[in-house]
Amino acid sequence: MKFSDFVCYEAINANVTATTKEAVIREMVQSLLNVGKIPGGEVEGILKAIMKREELGSTGIGRGVAVPHTKHPSVNKLIGTVAISKQGIDFESLDGEKVQLLFLLISPPDRPGDHLRALENISRQLRDDTFCKSLRMAKSPEEVKKLLDEADAHQHTH
Amino acid sequence: MAAFASRTVVVKNPQGLHLRPAELLAKLSQQYPCKIEILHNNERVDAKSIFAVVTLVAMQGTELCFEANGDNAETALEAIAKLFDEQFGEAE
Repeated sequence: MKFSDFVCYEAINANVTATTKEAVIREMVQSLLNVGKIPGGEVEGILKAIMKREELGSTGIGRGVAVPHTKHPSVNKLIGTVAISKQGIDFESLDGEKVQLLFLLISPPDRPGDHLRALENISRQLRDDTFCKSLRMAKSPEEVKKLLDEADAHQHTH
Repeated sequence: MAAFASRTVVVKNPQGLHLRPAELLAKLSQQYPCKIEILHNNERVDAKSIFAVVTLVAMQGTELCFEANGDNAETALEAIAKLFDEQFGEAE
């Protein structure tokens, strides 16, 4: 799976202003609503589901990366968006580091395979320090899109 | 002489090895001094790294071969097998 298979480019935010975990997740869900990827009436439900998952254990998996996510019946395919925080957000990450790169995923309840393949893509690509650094420094959604496209083009296939 | 152990486990939980199980596996593995690796599809990944574990895309039913090298190798794989058997606490 590639970034282009699930990232909604129009919803990318290269400079989130939110400073808390819940606020940044809300901003990301809102951006998916703004581009028509989720129905308006579902925003609160989706947000609540994502926060509930965070209570089980932070999705801040280290390296300044977090993957907040949930399954939700309001989507019929896996969708996601990317947000970058310049100042870093306290996410109760496993390594205690602040989070700067966020990948939010919403998947249909019956598609665990797609979720796993998106996670694979994210973790495989973000093991590359140069890629992480470039993303952190990206100044616009266009620049983020360009980096994701480049990563897709260089993806190892398995 | 360093101890070596290997063991094959099966992913039993319906959602597969997603982030939460990967985290539990990495955390458990980190408690042991030995090197622990997972062999799957011609790849060899570090069981102590969530980033590495998640790249396996191990769905329900997938067989994974674990290899441990060093102190407490056998004990480590015993504990890991138990984690898989208990379905990471996700049994329905």
